[in-house]
Amino acid sequence: MNPPASSPATVVSLRGIATRFGRNVVHEELDLDVARGEIVALVGGSGSGKTTLLRHIIGLTRPAAGTVQLFGELLQAGDRSARLARQRRFGVLFQQGALFSAFTVGENIAFPMRELGIMSAAEIDDLVALKLAMVEMEPEHSVLMPAELSGGMVKRAALARALALEPELLLLDEPTAGLDPERSASFVRLIRALHGDLGLTVVLITHDLDTLAAMASKVAVLADRRILSYAPLEETLRVDHPFIERFFRGAQGQRALARATGAN
Amino acid sequence: MSPGGQAEARQGGSLVLTPASARLSGDWTLRALGPQLPGLRRQLRMASADAAWSLEAVERLDSFGATLLWQAWGRRWPTQLSLRPAHRQTLERVARSAERPLPQLSAFTPIDAVVALGGALIAFLAHVRDFVALLGQIFLDLLHVLRHPRDWPWLEISANVHKVGVKAMPVTALVGFLIGVVLSYLSSLQLKVFGADVFIVNILGLGIIRELGPVLVSVLVAGRSGSAMTAQLGVMRVTEEIDALAAMGVSCSLRLVLPKVIALGLVMPLLVLWTSTIALLGGWVSAWVELDLSLRYFVDALPDAVPVANVYIGLSKGAVFGVLIALVACHFGLRVKPNTESLSANTTASVVTAITAVILVDALFAIATKSIGIPG
Repeated sequence: MNPPASSPATVVSLRGIATRFGRNVVHEELDLDVARGEIVALVGGSGSGKTTLLRHIIGLTRPAAGTVQLFGELLQAGDRSARLARQRRFGVLFQQGALFSAFTVGENIAFPMRELGIMSAAEIDDLVALKLAMVEMEPEHSVLMPAELSGGMVKRAALARALALEPELLLLDEPTAGLDPERSASFVRLIRALHGDLGLTVVLITHDLDTLAAMASKVAVLADRRILSYAPLEETLRVDHPFIERFFRGAQGQRALARATGAN
Repeated sequence: MSPGGQAEARQGGSLVLTPASARLSGDWTLRALGPQLPGLRRQLRMASADAAWSLEAVERLDSFGATLLWQAWGRRWPTQLSLRPAHRQTLERVARSAERPLPQLSAFTPIDAVVALGGALIAFLAHVRDFVALLGQIFLDLLHVLRHPRDWPWLEISANVHKVGVKAMPVTALVGFLIGVVLSYLSSLQLKVFGADVFIVNILGLGIIRELGPVLVSVLVAGRSGSAMTAQLGVMRVTEEIDALAAMGVSCSLRLVLPKVIALGLVMPLLVLWTSTIALLGGWVSAWVELDLSLRYFVDALPDAVPVANVYIGLSKGAVFGVLIALVACHFGLRVKPNTESLSANTTASVVTAITAVILVDALFAIATKSIGIPG
């Protein structure tokens, strides 16, 4: 399988990625293309390097070999301002939210907008209110400190911050981990609604089959150091591999899939 | 708003104004508008909300573009407006959230000043209360381990002795030596003028052993170990390690606070002894260079010039200061709340309070011991 060079319709393109931690080889010859508008769920066992792959895409770490392209351009291409402009085209939701604990929720969401340096204070205020409304939070929440928020609220506030600069690509690391099923379902609904409204491309890491079944348009299975399968859920289920067997066809997996097919 | 293959070459938004109409076209998105924003803002200010607004030629509209327009319209819908349904949705969303603005912080009033003053007073009283509670807890822990010798946290004490004592030796020696050199050099310059060279031993001996040694070590240890203790306890609080200890029925004060207090109380007199010795050595080096004073004379004259009571005073100061620094550090460490701001504020407060407290207690020592060990 050797896909053609990425077109602008390909938002994320990974080619021949290799990652090593000392002697431990995590990825080898890994390829992945994410087309515009997809919601891609990245699944894999613990320690299979899902978060590392996401960090490669963000540019926090560099793979030992291979190239990362975002929006059809190499991640390191261009001068400082070009790289900065490219970084502003995606938003990241970190696993623990990573809200700045010294700022209020409102200041957290306003921070990327202030950094951009072209918005007026009035526009920032309106946009913060809008982003809060988008993630179904109240304007009053903007004056709270992150320490005063519950787990679900932290994720929502962090999502609002990730959405601050109108990203085209949203990267989510375990968006529903640590949320109870009801909150997790409502968070999934929220992301799906935003995906529909804003035409986002979403790449998410998840362990939660309910989340995966409810929102992913494609599933990328990371096993044996590469992307084992990259297809819609129904096709993924037909792949014969021990990891897929364990992950999707266990009792819990069957229940989640039954729920998902019943709901659709 | 179509996610599919739009041409990458983006047409930035543009605006054609006539007195009665405003026609928008191109992309009204944050990224496309960025470069021409100042010009567009000027144009938008000139446009009137009563004009006929046509947005039909707009390719994309994101929430930033919509906010820009909404503010240009004075936060109400223009009387005549034509646009695509998807863009109307975006604008409606902006309009809805703009109806409920963010709560604004009110301006600072005299009442706030009084409230802040009262708050500071209450916070101070809370500190005093918590500190007394910590002291009481340590006392109870001590009674407990005296009755149950098996519960002595020997391992923790010895680890702390190594961490705050042994590892602090190089830095205290270096600082002590340099201070000794400087003090001796400045004093000997003065003494030479009066021909009172031999009194350098009295000045250095009394000054360093009684006063400078303990205070110098305290300042260094408060900065080095006090801050580390506060940060360690603070992070353990943030990561719920202290709660985990409590859940296992292990007393946090017995395992974390008591060993630090005991270790610093044991180690500080030794550090004082060590640092004072090195400082005296540094003083002698300077006196030897400046005044040609031999080491043998220096060592011989020291016991005559400095009564031995001063050594005891210096050592007991060290023990008291050590206990004080550890208590203050633990007190602030246990108050850290789970955010970075609180961690930095408490670490700062810990060091500042410890040094201030040490100097205050040093003044008390000076008054209490004013008739002891001063050569007549």
